[in-house]
Amino acid sequence: MPFAPVVLATDLLLWALVLAIAFYGWYCRRRPHLAAPWKRVFQSRAALITSVVLACYAVIGLADSLHFRLKLEGGNAYSPEVLSVLDLALSGLRERREKTYSAPLATRLYAKEQVELPDGKMSREFPRLRHGGAHLDDESRAAGDILLKGTTGLLIALLVSAAVFLVTKNRWRTAALTFGVILAVALPVALLARGYHVLGTDKVGTDVLYQALKSIRVSLAIGTLTTLVLLPLGITLGVMAGYFRGWIDDAIQYLYTTLNSIPGVLLIAACVLMMQVFVDRHPEWFDTAAQRADFRLLVLCGVLGLTSWTGLARLLRGESLKLSQLEFIQAAHAFGVSDTRILGRHILPNVAHIVIITLVMDFSALVLAEAVLSYVGVGVDPATTSFGTMINAARLEMGREPIVWWSLAAAFIFMFVLVLAANLLADAVRDGFDPRVRVGTVPV
Amino acid sequence: MLAYIIRRVLYAIPILVGVNLITFLLFFIVNTPDDMARMQLGTKRVTPDAIEKWKADHGYDKPLFWNAKEKSLTKTIFFEKSLKLFAFDFGAAEDGRDIANEIATRMWPSLALALPVFLVGLAVNITFAMLMAFFRATYLDFWGVVLCVAMMSISALFYIIGGQYVASKVWHLVPISGFDSGLQAVKFLVLPALIGVIAGIGSGGRWYRTLFLEEMSRDYVRTARAKGLAEATVLFRHVLKNAMIPILTGVVVVIPLLFMGSLLSESFFGIPGLGSYTIDAIQAQDFAVVRSMVFIGSLLYIAGLLLTDLSYTLVDPRIRLE
Repeated sequence: MPFAPVVLATDLLLWALVLAIAFYGWYCRRRPHLAAPWKRVFQSRAALITSVVLACYAVIGLADSLHFRLKLEGGNAYSPEVLSVLDLALSGLRERREKTYSAPLATRLYAKEQVELPDGKMSREFPRLRHGGAHLDDESRAAGDILLKGTTGLLIALLVSAAVFLVTKNRWRTAALTFGVILAVALPVALLARGYHVLGTDKVGTDVLYQALKSIRVSLAIGTLTTLVLLPLGITLGVMAGYFRGWIDDAIQYLYTTLNSIPGVLLIAACVLMMQVFVDRHPEWFDTAAQRADFRLLVLCGVLGLTSWTGLARLLRGESLKLSQLEFIQAAHAFGVSDTRILGRHILPNVAHIVIITLVMDFSALVLAEAVLSYVGVGVDPATTSFGTMINAARLEMGREPIVWWSLAAAFIFMFVLVLAANLLADAVRDGFDPRVRVGTVPV
Repeated sequence: MLAYIIRRVLYAIPILVGVNLITFLLFFIVNTPDDMARMQLGTKRVTPDAIEKWKADHGYDKPLFWNAKEKSLTKTIFFEKSLKLFAFDFGAAEDGRDIANEIATRMWPSLALALPVFLVGLAVNITFAMLMAFFRATYLDFWGVVLCVAMMSISALFYIIGGQYVASKVWHLVPISGFDSGLQAVKFLVLPALIGVIAGIGSGGRWYRTLFLEEMSRDYVRTARAKGLAEATVLFRHVLKNAMIPILTGVVVVIPLLFMGSLLSESFFGIPGLGSYTIDAIQAQDFAVVRSMVFIGSLLYIAGLLLTDLSYTLVDPRIRLE
């Protein structure tokens, strides 16, 4: 199938980030003093389990970050619709749309409709779904079919994870076990998703499972790309304020007190509103709707970074203030080492643990912030599927009679697992990197 | 003391000027009033006349900094829209209502919700954290922390939506949303307040627990134990008192901000406070209101910082503000 790759800005940055992390990993591997804290981190079982979970999210998110446009049949034009590798993998889910709401694993719509019976009479009933359970001749066999597919999936998952479990050793068995649990959920769902809507469909008949999977990319982008703005600002300004002191310190402190004093949501809202006007003024910048939505996501990351670097800067300022008084820095001064060299070789490596802890801790907060901001209306583009837009669309459905709960439940579960894993990993990272915390010496 | 307060108040002025400059930059330099007019009028069918009229109606038809025609500094956008905020002259919202007036009336419902959430939340969080610290390194503590981490991993939106559903739709305990004056308001406020408290337990409880544990590794705690004090006495008499400084650092600064209300609860429960006012303004893209709220928010934050410093002198006699 001929296609034209589409490189969205966030795709590029996400993949660049993956490369950077890979490089950092390779760099650490060869330096025992850098690898030691990470070894401490992964000694904890929680860290192992959560990294497996997060890795699954990352794989989905990254698969959703390779975009292209398919060539239209006949002619040289490309389809205006931008797809991703994930869309391709889930093309069944994406294309099997229903008319409107349907409950998870249902075979009939959730709303009554006027249906013409074979004998020509009209009757109001719940019509059969176009795709959910359509492969069954007799829909009363649906329960048995679901059970069969579910157990098949579970059995395969058990076999695979047992094999993985047997070839792994020691601590890796924890990771293998986690992988097995994920597989035991994912495989039956994947098998069932071929014939049913596992998490139901929403108002316009889109599969909720598909939406939830698509939302992951936005969360990952917000949680990680924000650091691209946060890090340079936080590190340079924080370290400079602490190291140079004097008027530089005053100026930087003034800057971050000022930024801090503006309520976060309002500052973000103001920036996003302004950006919206800006985008409306330059429609010629964007070829496709996907690019416009992507630009908005990128700006949102930037704005979040601009509003959240102050915390990191304050921490780094305090730490480098303390460091610059220590003997080895004084000695470096006495030897005539230049400021930039002292900053780069002595201060920065000694505050790196704070940077890493802050980054990991910020991730979950940012994922949660996205949902709130999208609810307020200053988050991602309303056309982008994200947890925020899902919740926003679903909250009105709670008022329906009978209640439509599955969109909300799907967003809840996917988000909860992501944020919980991130929080637990953040704890493990903090324990591993914090020089004050050493296993066994802490009087708890 | 007085000299210190005066100095701090004076120090607030450059910060407020900075806030003002940032908002001015955002609202008038990045986007010209023309863009705003186009946005408010809708992008289609906008004639230059309509834009001019909108600008004239809203007072945006003036130069930014220096009015060369009238030879004055005061008849400019910067003076009328930004500097006047210092005199609490916020101008009118998009619907023509006076913003200052609106803020004065909406402040009270906001406070009626935010104050109980703040006080009860503080009490609950500290009690919970104290319990975890008391039973530290036991299963109780472990599961307490697990509960906290799980609770802080749930988005505030879910607490609100779930609570609203269970309490109002399933159990029919309280009305789903709305507000009333006087004591009648209580039945509307109970649920959002409760949800606010519960949503805060996760992060709050864990934060105070770390704080208490850190305090408990100090030497005076060992001394207290060595002289034979019961663990409970050590905890509630000594540790709690000494932990006041770090607690106050985080707590006092938010007290003035309680006036700003809570964005989510207020808009979900239809409470006519400043939080829902802000959200409505953001959604209606009412720049005048957003600008005013930014100004008030920063003012209250700075007041909070000052209050924090003052509160230190109350709990720690060693601290003298000079």
